[in-house]
Amino acid sequence: MTYILKPKLHHPSLPKNDLGLTRRDYEGRVSTLCAGCGHDSISAAIIQSAWELGIQPHRLAKMSGIGCSSKTPDYFMGQSHGFNSVHGRMPSVLTGANLANRELIYLGVSGDGDSASIGLGQFAHSIRRGVNMSYIVENNGVYGLTKGQFSATSDKGSKSKKGVENTENGIDLVALALQLGATYVGRSFSGDKEQLVPLIKGAMSHHGPAFIDVISPCVAFNNHAGSTKSFDYVREHNEAVNRLDVILGRAPITADYRPGEVREVTQHDGSTLRLRKLHDDYDATNKIGAANYLQERHAQGEIVTGLLYVDPEATDLHDRLDTTKRPLNQLSTAELTPGAAALAKINAALR
Amino acid sequence: MPDTLTQASAPRPAPLAAVNDFVVKFANVNGSGSASANGLFAKAIIRMGVPVAARNIFPSNIQGLPTWYEVRVSGAGHLGRRGGVDLAVPLNPQTWDDDVKEIVPGGYLFYDSTKPLPVSKFRDDIHVIGVPLTAICNEAYKVPRERQLFKNICYVGALSWLINIDPAVIEQLLKEEFASKPKLIPANLAAFNLGRNWAQKHLKPIGLQLQQSDAVGNRIFVEGNAAAALGAVYGGATVCAWYPITPSTSLAEGFTGYCEDFRTNADGTKNYAIVQCEDEIASIGVVVGAGWNGARAFTCTSGPGISLMNEFIGLSYFAEIPAVIFDVQRGGPSTGMPTRTQQSDILLAAYASHGDTKHVMLLPSDPGECFTMGAQAFDLSDRLQTTVFVMLDLDIGMQEWLCEPFQWDDAKQIDRGKVMTAEMLESGTFFGRYTDVDGDGIPFRTYPGTHPTKGAYFTRGTSRNRMAGYSEKGIDYQDNMERLLKKFHTAATLVPGPIVRPAQKKTKVGAIYFGSTTPAMHEALEALEQTGHHIDAMRVRGFPFSQEVYDFIHAHDEICVVEQNRDAQLRSLLMIEGGIDASHLTSILHYDGTPITARFLIDAIGNRLDARKATRQVTTKADKQ
Repeated sequence: MTYILKPKLHHPSLPKNDLGLTRRDYEGRVSTLCAGCGHDSISAAIIQSAWELGIQPHRLAKMSGIGCSSKTPDYFMGQSHGFNSVHGRMPSVLTGANLANRELIYLGVSGDGDSASIGLGQFAHSIRRGVNMSYIVENNGVYGLTKGQFSATSDKGSKSKKGVENTENGIDLVALALQLGATYVGRSFSGDKEQLVPLIKGAMSHHGPAFIDVISPCVAFNNHAGSTKSFDYVREHNEAVNRLDVILGRAPITADYRPGEVREVTQHDGSTLRLRKLHDDYDATNKIGAANYLQERHAQGEIVTGLLYVDPEATDLHDRLDTTKRPLNQLSTAELTPGAAALAKINAALR
Repeated sequence: MPDTLTQASAPRPAPLAAVNDFVVKFANVNGSGSASANGLFAKAIIRMGVPVAARNIFPSNIQGLPTWYEVRVSGAGHLGRRGGVDLAVPLNPQTWDDDVKEIVPGGYLFYDSTKPLPVSKFRDDIHVIGVPLTAICNEAYKVPRERQLFKNICYVGALSWLINIDPAVIEQLLKEEFASKPKLIPANLAAFNLGRNWAQKHLKPIGLQLQQSDAVGNRIFVEGNAAAALGAVYGGATVCAWYPITPSTSLAEGFTGYCEDFRTNADGTKNYAIVQCEDEIASIGVVVGAGWNGARAFTCTSGPGISLMNEFIGLSYFAEIPAVIFDVQRGGPSTGMPTRTQQSDILLAAYASHGDTKHVMLLPSDPGECFTMGAQAFDLSDRLQTTVFVMLDLDIGMQEWLCEPFQWDDAKQIDRGKVMTAEMLESGTFFGRYTDVDGDGIPFRTYPGTHPTKGAYFTRGTSRNRMAGYSEKGIDYQDNMERLLKKFHTAATLVPGPIVRPAQKKTKVGAIYFGSTTPAMHEALEALEQTGHHIDAMRVRGFPFSQEVYDFIHAHDEICVVEQNRDAQLRSLLMIEGGIDASHLTSILHYDGTPITARFLIDAIGNRLDARKATRQVTTKADKQ
């Protein structure tokens, strides 16, 4: 909705991260989404996460498909290359980009139409393939750009703005991601920045396929009574299993502790995830337990949020393919072309 | 047993007699192990220095359906299919009738005479040679599987006596074949001699004979898919994403094999990444993602795959991202004829995607060009920042062809095209992602991660201005589309140019052909020349067509456009892109799924030219009156 240009001036007292960059250095163009859109909150959370982690903006690649959510990479991290690709096909494009240069951080942004409908196959296969990425679905249960049709994550019984009831079963991407082998699985709510920022930070520092389902109400088409993706509904039915801090070899940035048990999970790359349990019986490193718990709570009409599963020993596609540590896009002619002598031997074997 | 060679009767046409010039066709049941025996047969003839064109005609099936192996022996070096069969070896009862029908009068039928067959199963105008293969092998072997497998080598042995294959060559080939399993060498050799000795004792050599020659030279015998895969290695491809589909699967498998050999580091890590995807859409998605990020990437597929990839191909065109697609064409449309050959994806590839698009195509005519064009495609796609198709077909891709040895110039460096580096950005060089700075329509790009504060841009399939900013302004959209067209004109100067084969006499008739049609076409042109039909011929090797192609067309009154599809797709492309009048272009079409033959071309083009002559004579007479 905003059509004014963003001023380039920064306030001199804005806090700086280890790279000497302010949050403003992680912003992008002005959003063209509707005022109050949950997606803008997620963009803000991404900016906050990358700033807190001290990621060099140009070392991150933003990939997306088509839809409202897929437009958002233009609205954060303007110094990063971005790719707004084909509807439902972000995962394959991200996979290819990742294969070409394993040194960059890959952030995939998608929506429920993009990932659960047209792109369900690519969502599934990129996760089972083990691509090292942070895959965020901005889930509003509705097609926004085409004005209010149900998407595949819309719950059975949820009502559209026109009052029509959804008769088809909803897809739970979190449950699927768990089954498919995502090694970092979280769910959050665009209205809960305190929970979302550490989840994104954890995903960005995770080595393997990290998936976060973020319920992000659509203020234009899915924020009414009767919808199970409205702000009010999600706030009422949100059940957080834990709170998370991500520590990269130094003191945690977030220090908002409340009573509860704290469990530290050290990931393969040395980063530590500090999980403050809100449910005594929830263990985020137990995949089967997580899957069961999700099903139980879902049957009760609750939306379970938090870091639902993490495998600290995760591997990625490059590990499985045993590719060289050097980015493939930087190999030289000499390293790629076997040369005339090798060719002479091949010729000899073909006679 | 009916008549054999030793008891020729009067009305029978004289047995065919030829040296190093005949066609042998084996008919087998697929999955019976005949392929390696038939391959041994073909390779032995090549080792005797006699050129061979071998074609495996197979079903979309693993076991039990008919399969054929056609071996054209040609001392003169004709490598296309000739048409007709001189010596048939029908070992599959399912196809016996059709196989016998194909033999030319005076030709030979070699069959397993263990069980008697009624006289009606034979023909009066051919010569029948019975060898009790099953009986011989049942006596020699006890294990059923051995009886079956060695029967294949056994018939090669019998044939070797009949047509004079040098047994020493067979022995050498078996030694090479089973170098890693030496126990199998004497076993196979024994089976070979079993057949050869029986034939030597009971039969005389036939009229079709082999003679040692030096006509093969230093040529190699290789499949186009393997050659294209090797081209991709030499072209610097590091990412391959693919989905299995006949007839392109062996290209990805070939790439895998060559990468294991040549791209594995001392510590075991790999300078390549190969992903077998969930479908063709994901395959091209991975290629586009990798190309965007600066790696050389390709996929290999066939027509159905291209249909699925259309949306991404449009993105590659519009967002200007390098991608290489090897299309090993098969019979279409739909599932069509998965194991038969056609050149029927030409229009599909040229204009793939919705909206206004045109794509670069390379048209190799043999495995040698599959290698060179396979490598060149990566330079071209990086240079042009778009999709480049390499259009093989099943006949080139899955058949072993005799071709000149592969060559490589070690001085050659990979051309990454217009890539702006961190140094260039740092020194203040202007960067506008979609700005035509050099007047060739090709803009500069940056790889992600190049510079902390300069050179980042947003890639999108939606319209944008010259600086990559989102724009829905008509003037920005049109400016960009015009530049893409200019880039396409630049491509016409970069793709391999056509090759002209002038007639011996001045003529107003020309022919245009491409790809796997080439060897049959060359043979037909020679034969037509001998009957007074002089034709200037041009083989097109790339799209967009260069000016030379249109000049050639305009320099002739009539052009025969020869292609292996129903709808004259190359002809359409010439008409659309060159504004050529339809009446200027005569279609010569062959599309039954089998490779085009020289005899078909001689008939089709000869008839057309005879008709043309007749019309001209009538017209001249009328003019005189």
